[in-house]
Amino acid sequence: MKIVIGLGSCGIASGGLKVKEEFEKLLAEHPGAAELAETGCMGMCYKEVNVEILEDDGRSTIYGEVSAERAREIFESHVLGGKPVEQYVVRSNYAENENDAFFNGQYRYVLDRCGKINPESIDEAIAAGAYRGAEKALKTMTPEEVIDEILRSGLRGRGGAGFPTGQKWKFARAPQADQKYIICNADEGDPGAFMNRSVLEGDPHAVIEGLLIGGYAIGATEGYIYVRAEYPLAIKRLKIAIKQAEERGFLGDNVMGTGFSFHLHIKEGAGAFVCGEETALIASIEGQRGMPRMRPPFPANRGLFGKPSNINNVETLADVGRIIADGAEKYAALGTEKSKGTKVFALAGKVKRGGLAEVPLGTSLRDVIYGIGGGTASGKPIKAVQMGGPSGGCIPADLLDTPIDYESLAATGAIMGSGGMIVMDEDNCMVDIARYFLTFIQSESCGKCTFCRIGTRRMLEILTRITKGEGREGDIELLEELGQQIKRSSLCGLGQTAPNPVLTTIRYFRNEYEAHIRDKKCPAHQCKALIRYEIQADKCVGCTVCARKCPAGAISGSAKNPHTIDQSKCIKCGICKSSCRFGAITVD
Amino acid sequence: MCGCCGKSEAYLKPFEDIMSEFEGKESDLIPILQRIQASYGYLPEDIIRELSARTGIFVTKIMGVATFYSQFRLRPMGEHTIRVCFGTACHVNGSESIADALSDELKIPLGGTTQDGKFTLESVACLGCCSLAPVMMIDDETYGRLTPDKARNIIRELYAKEGASK
Repeated sequence: MKIVIGLGSCGIASGGLKVKEEFEKLLAEHPGAAELAETGCMGMCYKEVNVEILEDDGRSTIYGEVSAERAREIFESHVLGGKPVEQYVVRSNYAENENDAFFNGQYRYVLDRCGKINPESIDEAIAAGAYRGAEKALKTMTPEEVIDEILRSGLRGRGGAGFPTGQKWKFARAPQADQKYIICNADEGDPGAFMNRSVLEGDPHAVIEGLLIGGYAIGATEGYIYVRAEYPLAIKRLKIAIKQAEERGFLGDNVMGTGFSFHLHIKEGAGAFVCGEETALIASIEGQRGMPRMRPPFPANRGLFGKPSNINNVETLADVGRIIADGAEKYAALGTEKSKGTKVFALAGKVKRGGLAEVPLGTSLRDVIYGIGGGTASGKPIKAVQMGGPSGGCIPADLLDTPIDYESLAATGAIMGSGGMIVMDEDNCMVDIARYFLTFIQSESCGKCTFCRIGTRRMLEILTRITKGEGREGDIELLEELGQQIKRSSLCGLGQTAPNPVLTTIRYFRNEYEAHIRDKKCPAHQCKALIRYEIQADKCVGCTVCARKCPAGAISGSAKNPHTIDQSKCIKCGICKSSCRFGAITVD
Repeated sequence: MCGCCGKSEAYLKPFEDIMSEFEGKESDLIPILQRIQASYGYLPEDIIRELSARTGIFVTKIMGVATFYSQFRLRPMGEHTIRVCFGTACHVNGSESIADALSDELKIPLGGTTQDGKFTLESVACLGCCSLAPVMMIDDETYGRLTPDKARNIIRELYAKEGASK
């Protein structure tokens, strides 16, 4: 019997290490009762900590929300007694479970090994199929054949822009140079996105294999993984994986005895969103401020240290090994005509079942959010879904039948993006969301282009004004005009897409902007300056809970008598409303 | 004491150790700064000057890089760093009210350090634990599914555990 604990960042944040300690203690008390193993994210982040019990007859039982106490219960009943603790089971391969819906409609191509193998064991990765593609490519294919295979698979860049990967490799293969580089962009900066982190933590060898194949295809002997410093666990597992791959002769001189040499390095980012842009990323590796530069010359001709370079996203590279191993046709059979394969999404926000979801492209947003995600946790209707982070946009609920492919999403004004999918319900204010993204972009603009540097600040000032109830007639038009100019006058993707969250919310939720500006009301009751908490005297029983909870001391009244809120002291935190058991506090 | 700058050798020792691992090329600059910060807790000005003298990279250039990336700090930090996540998932689940509660509890604004030097309160773009939103991190420990009350209690417990008075 095997006990497998999901120890991705989510699992650890939910107390996974304490669960592991508990199992270690239990196994010390009962030596030989089971084998303890760890794995990456199993995908069900909403049920962390996840623990899987694998029995020798092949029965698999996954438990959710496991704590140290529950670990003991599971151990005693299931591991020692052979009887699963049914109320904690979230999935099994022998009985139906309501959480099965999370996996129905998913197709795990990139995430195939995530949550199954121990990411710190190259043996487990190899046994599950890692490096098959690399071996096939290096030993039986020419670089041109590799590129051709990737072209035929239809794989497009999973960082968000969707440029055909094979084409990119072709461009980087073309120039003659004494040195070329291949770089993995693991600077996953979109707030609300964690797909790449989960792949790096759960299956680092898939990314290394992709780089190895890519390096062979374009003729690069040096590779870099540029990974954000905020992902310490991903960095740790990558370092272990690289060392193991070197020991096996999969990296270094004379890879797999083929004469091809490939050396891989890790560069830790230092916190700059703009470094997700390829020329800024290159500047950062070179030790400069991460500021984008004009293209052309494209990195394929003049990239890192002035040499031809190719940059791919984590998920793109993680796809490569399996495409080569299983053949392009199998991959191209998934997805739509122009958007092939699968895409991993980080489903979060107000959704019931949040986590990692991988679906064939062409699946509708509705199938992902309602089918896999189960709708909102609150049961309230969905208002919009935000895709593509600060470069993307908000798609309203009535467009949820849009298929997930590059072109259909672009038509809505949003983008595919790197995979962040944030669900919002009617309690979320769209003006506030626009202001939130602008705050982010404005502080992350590198400052090189005037429109991006100053224009985003002006837009933010206008949005802040609107959320404070000081909006003026003409503000919406001004935002639209500024937005168009920033798009046109910025050098890199950050500036060119910065106005998207504002422009899409104006496009679909103009009435909300108008309510803020004209009626000085926030329909979602989010903008503090525009709302007012009040106690309904006929419902208040004078329990004094709200008065005791109010951090501002704004509520007064004596026990058993209706209380009142002093509006001049109220900080609109809403604690009174959430703590009132009688529904006596209203907000308007 | 060092003959040229008057700093004690013990103070410079971590810096020397770091420098012995690098060639001092320009592309080493960010990793070197990251290591200095890991050892000293921030980027002290005298160390930056020493780094410049040693590598020939101008101080202005080092400062340009140090101020560009949000990871680098030019001032010492509190004993513990609280990072409140402002990622999208956290935002839609109320991270602002978490930050407000922490500010109020610690009596410092975002970016500030408490007078006793115990805590520095920071915001961070995204910690990547979106399904646990709203989230904060205190040093290396992540706390998820927060409410303003829960956040306050975590701080109070930490103070109680360390026996420090506010």
